[in-house]
Amino acid sequence: MAHRIDRVAAGKPLVFAAALVPLGILAWRIHGNTLGPDPVAQLEHDTGLWALRFLLVTLAITPLRRLTGWSAALRFRRMLGLFAFFYASVHLAVYLVVDLGGFWSQVLTEIAKKPFVTVGFLAWLLMIPLAATSTRSMMRRLGGLWQRLHRLVYVSGALAALHFLWQVKYGKTIAAIEPVVYAGIFAMLMVARLPDWIRRSRQRRAAASGRVAPGRPLVQ
Amino acid sequence: KRLAARPGSAFSTTETLTRATDATRYNNYYEFGTDKADPARNSSRFRPQPWSVTVGGKAAVTGTFDLEDILKGHALEERIYRLRCVEAWSMVIPWIGIPLAAVLKRFEPAADARYVAFTTVARPAEMPGLGYPVLDWPYREGLRIDEAMHPLTLLAVGLYGHELPAQNGAPLRLVVPWKYGYKSIKSIVRIDFTEEQPPTSWNQSAPDEYGFYSNVNPAVSHPRWSQATERRIAGGGFSLTGNRLQTLPFNGYAEQVASLYAGMDLVRNH
Repeated sequence: MAHRIDRVAAGKPLVFAAALVPLGILAWRIHGNTLGPDPVAQLEHDTGLWALRFLLVTLAITPLRRLTGWSAALRFRRMLGLFAFFYASVHLAVYLVVDLGGFWSQVLTEIAKKPFVTVGFLAWLLMIPLAATSTRSMMRRLGGLWQRLHRLVYVSGALAALHFLWQVKYGKTIAAIEPVVYAGIFAMLMVARLPDWIRRSRQRRAAASGRVAPGRPLVQ
Repeated sequence: KRLAARPGSAFSTTETLTRATDATRYNNYYEFGTDKADPARNSSRFRPQPWSVTVGGKAAVTGTFDLEDILKGHALEERIYRLRCVEAWSMVIPWIGIPLAAVLKRFEPAADARYVAFTTVARPAEMPGLGYPVLDWPYREGLRIDEAMHPLTLLAVGLYGHELPAQNGAPLRLVVPWKYGYKSIKSIVRIDFTEEQPPTSWNQSAPDEYGFYSNVNPAVSHPRWSQATERRIAGGGFSLTGNRLQTLPFNGYAEQVASLYAGMDLVRNH
């Protein structure tokens, strides 16, 4: 029997290393003091942006598979999602420890009373159960519940996009194009799922009303 | 061009200066773009010479005056002030200018002139940000006349020993150090003395977020972030302690200006 090389397994360390490059660049810029006039703000911006990028790439896997039929992409999804959580955690840590460090009472005020911070914090919070249940054994143990639980990623993504938009809003104005672009990409990734969602909900309704759903055996 | 100015003002702070490169490359001047790097990048077409200012409203001397005539006879001084942005960062900048009061007095404001309104230049061909309706152009600001006449209020023409670069409001701007930065209007082309409180750009855009007074006040939060503390941009680079400082009432100028607001509700009049 010919021994076939598992390309996905071989590619994983490469993707892993590539996902650490943004962190390496930031470390390099801290070391060389090249983060610009407001280095803490720059660090917050960059780590947040990478968290959002990884989240969007993770959300792009399913539509990509539908579009190209390249199902191997699915096997990278967990790693990419965990990197989204990783960069979001670094983002939050920079904000809490480096930026607000020492002004602890302000931390609570900001999270509780400033909607743009609250929304960002919630986006991160919702990623915790997803990261915690990302292992194969948790998948097995949770069964059908796992699928439903991991739909939280849509809420987290929406909150993250909103957090970014809200952050650049001055007065009535969204004072930057970047957050609008990212919110647009998120919206597109959601729209790409619509046909699937509609089809599945039709099937469910059909099953519930006792009719045979197309392409599915009638469950007795 | 270098500018000579008398140093050592009693109002100057001895805090560490922000690096000149940071103060001139990290700006909010939306007429040149909304990114902080945009004003330095997009202002090369801006021509601050020749420049004239139109003075109108309730004053005995009105009309259009060349900048040289406005500045003539006034000695330039250096004032090292803290600048507190409403976005909760701050700088320490050595400005060069003359007290606004000295200039305004020459226009002989009338007894019923209770406010002074200022307008920024709007030249779409030189200021690409004007193509976007971020604010209702031209940019407008205003002060109560006692605030305008206060000795801290500076009409600046330079910084760090040089003429103002375009991104910092060339050739003529206001510096009101106890108020959030957007009150310190840039590239002034109009000064009007009024009886009624004049409309101001940010207040018009979002009255709940930006009041007319806009005094630096750690006790009054912006609806979307706290004003209790600020990040000081002093040029020290990245620090694990983040360069965060406690924000002071009136940006640390309470001793000089708090009496202007005696008896006023500073939460309502934020």
